[in-house]
Amino acid sequence: MSLTGRDLALSLALTSDEYDRIVSTLGREPNNTELAMYAAMWSEHCSYKSSKVHLKTLPTEGERIVLGPGENAGVVDIGDGLVAVFKLESHNHPSAVEPVQGAATGVGGIVRDILATGARPVAILDPLRFGDPDTWRNRWLLGGVVSGISQYGNSIGIPTIGGEVKFDPTYAGNPLVNVMCVGIATREQIQHATATGEGNVCLLLGAKTGRDGIGGVSVLASRPFDAEAEAKRPSVQVGDPFEEKILIEACLELIDRGLLVGLGDLGGAGLSCAISETASRGDVGMDVDLDAVPLREADMEPFEILTSESQERMFAIVEPEHADEAIEVCKRWGVPAVPVARVARGSLLTIRHRGSLVASVPPRSLADEGPVYERPMARPDWIDVLRKDDPLALPRPVDLGATLLEIVASPNVASKEWVWRQYDYLVQHNTLDGPGGDAALIRVEGSDCALAVSTDGNGRFGQLDPRVGAMHAVAEAARNVACTGARPIAITNCLNFGNPERPDVMWQFAEAVAGIGEACRAFDTPVTGGNVSFYNETDGESIHPTPVIGMLGILDDSSKRLDIAFKNEGDVVVLLGETFPELGGSEFAWAIHRHLGGTPPEVDLDRERELQELLVALVDEMLIASAHDCSEGGLGVALAECAIAGAVGARIEAAAEADEAHVWLFSESGARAVVTCSERDLAKVRKRAGDFPITVLGTVGGESLAIEGVLEVPVEQLAEASERIPTS
Amino acid sequence: MRIGVVQFPGSNDERDAVWALEQLGADAELLWHGDADLRGVDAVVLPGGFSYGDYLRCGAIARFSPVMSSVVPFANDGGLVLGICNGFQVLCEAGLLPGALVRNAGLAFVCDAVDVVVENNELPFFTRAEAGDVLTIPIKHGEGRYVADPAELARMSDDGRIVLRYCMPDGSVAPEANPNGALDNIAGVCNSARNVFGMMPHPEHAVDARVGIGSSDGAVILGSLIDAVVGAEA
Repeated sequence: MSLTGRDLALSLALTSDEYDRIVSTLGREPNNTELAMYAAMWSEHCSYKSSKVHLKTLPTEGERIVLGPGENAGVVDIGDGLVAVFKLESHNHPSAVEPVQGAATGVGGIVRDILATGARPVAILDPLRFGDPDTWRNRWLLGGVVSGISQYGNSIGIPTIGGEVKFDPTYAGNPLVNVMCVGIATREQIQHATATGEGNVCLLLGAKTGRDGIGGVSVLASRPFDAEAEAKRPSVQVGDPFEEKILIEACLELIDRGLLVGLGDLGGAGLSCAISETASRGDVGMDVDLDAVPLREADMEPFEILTSESQERMFAIVEPEHADEAIEVCKRWGVPAVPVARVARGSLLTIRHRGSLVASVPPRSLADEGPVYERPMARPDWIDVLRKDDPLALPRPVDLGATLLEIVASPNVASKEWVWRQYDYLVQHNTLDGPGGDAALIRVEGSDCALAVSTDGNGRFGQLDPRVGAMHAVAEAARNVACTGARPIAITNCLNFGNPERPDVMWQFAEAVAGIGEACRAFDTPVTGGNVSFYNETDGESIHPTPVIGMLGILDDSSKRLDIAFKNEGDVVVLLGETFPELGGSEFAWAIHRHLGGTPPEVDLDRERELQELLVALVDEMLIASAHDCSEGGLGVALAECAIAGAVGARIEAAAEADEAHVWLFSESGARAVVTCSERDLAKVRKRAGDFPITVLGTVGGESLAIEGVLEVPVEQLAEASERIPTS
Repeated sequence: MRIGVVQFPGSNDERDAVWALEQLGADAELLWHGDADLRGVDAVVLPGGFSYGDYLRCGAIARFSPVMSSVVPFANDGGLVLGICNGFQVLCEAGLLPGALVRNAGLAFVCDAVDVVVENNELPFFTRAEAGDVLTIPIKHGEGRYVADPAELARMSDDGRIVLRYCMPDGSVAPEANPNGALDNIAGVCNSARNVFGMMPHPEHAVDARVGIGSSDGAVILGSLIDAVVGAEA
């Protein structure tokens, strides 16, 4: 670091105004070590400086919410004295540069967030987005990310039970690697990332600190991508799943023994973040001794030790009389645990290295008093041009059977079994339904209930209308959960957007957050936290606005759970909800015509909520045998997927006018689900539906999906099309 | 009657194995890798996972752990030892079973339900099965391709020590049924004394058809083990 002062600040991605703000906070010029800490903590990734004003508008209250945004992860009450903890986070930029390690450390990072709340991590889900799989580079990214998740997730003994893999050229330069983790704890086990009690000892647990990941949050995650991206590879952290596994077990034992005052993880901004956040929350100071930090390389500079993002580390605060026992527990697991700091009176982080004071800063100024921006927003003109280009004007397909096969085989819709069979979805013996269905379900030990989890987000809808696209993401995630019979209870989110310094991107972001808020209020599913990933752009091109929603639901009686498969010959196929002529942003328009335009399907949040409640009631009263939501590919794809899963066909009699059949088949109108029931229960289903519109479509049976006067395709052929693996 | 399940650092399925054995009525407890005391258990299960990170080779470090210094003589004295997945790899590394488990032919981790046929039921782990029975049990491994040198393989085959093979649903052994490229579709083998058995599929993940792959066929193997332990006591 030959630069100092303002020049150094600028090179660390701080602005000149932000530098002035640091000077006024400290009442003096910061030294280089302090500046490195501010640069990391005030990065977009850590400080949410561009998003905060919008995120504040989200609903976060609810009767089940134990801990909301601001903690490491959202905590919700699931009854029987138990809580579920969940969070979704991005690792987009590291994965674009180095897909295997980027994805692996993405898994490791979110798992430590869950662990920091005191919960045992019980499930992982990975919503992924890539460019089209027809280029070697996109396939390299896809293969690398899947293998990173597989290597890391499998090794730490947490089942990967769901997620998504979607493709669009918008993600070619900037793939999205979002990772969600769910944990379960008793109420007593809940931990807070808070340092309290003067004289208490702060232990650094886990791996040694090295030079990997320095500048991860500021250099990688908070700047746009360009042709020099490859040169950023040294900013990517390298993971060791074995270290993570023993760290998890050691921390859980520390919690079980009641040895902890507070627990935090080391993620973005490393030690700087752990000490400043825990001290700020506890309103205390901290004396930090950098010489005590175990290092991989002896000659590391203070700023390197403080901002290193070396993986597999945690930060535990213990009372002095418990320190030896805590260290002993860690030692038994093979986890180094070293006292590196003490909680101090006052409100200053006092950091020493080799006998001299290297930093003296108020923790609150790092963690909570960073800049907050109300960035300029402007609705872009191009969106009007795009929205006028209505896909209803696209040519009608001649052979709808062939069209359905083409959509079923399209990369977005096709089976992802070749991906998820590389993930261990069975470990911990609680997986009721793994990947491949609408939502994944895990049993909760010590309770009759099951947790249903789904992740969803449709970037094409977002591009056409960010507010409506975000509402669809929430609605689809809720539908997926409800199709298993579970009641949606709360969400987490990962908001993937372009450069917030561009007014059009900021407008997309604000619209999307508003949409999420509206939908979550309508569904009574509060936002428990989440993550914002900006600067997802390459050479000036932003990705489609892609808010990804992670929805958590509860099924009170896990034995009643449903899946999507058609079950019994003769069962009646029923469509819940109504189909409107809505092809904007549809898979039909994209897969068949490479068309993206028009407006996304309208969202009727009341109707969506009625559908969720109807599904939950139908499952609870055991009136239906299968349920599958209609989303990408519309009714046509939903019917095909139910048939493939059940290895049985269906004869569908009800159809629209022949010349509108493709619209009826492939419209992506919301608030719809395909269910089946016995002939005998049909009247009860009708009665239960009340005013909610339902249509009897036909009956389950035969070896093909036959839609009268429209198409007839053997189920075997549909399955074959769905399982065609992209060549690599 | 107690069955010990060894917990190595990096083991992932040890709690699953304890749970499965308890579901089947056994008393099961964890044994710590760093402790050479087997606490008087009547049988030992080496569970799945990535012991010691599976660095160097799968199971290569675990074989040197203190607990193994007791498991080896326990096995040599006729004690029942079941190795599942990583546990199978440890048994091969420890020389208690012949052969080795190398990287899957497809070079990727595979998690899936597979069918295996019981080639020989004359060992304590299969008293609840008939020869020719087909069991549906999940696999989940990246290095499960069984290999052994031809002479050893011939001896094992003659001696009935090839116990499980990956098969088609009708029990026929075919290349299409082989998920990892294992030699002759081998999924599980035992020692000549029949008291040490290793298998790549996970019976502990198939005892309750309500979870996982929807099969309870793993109970055949774990239940046989429990019967053997109870029978030895009676």
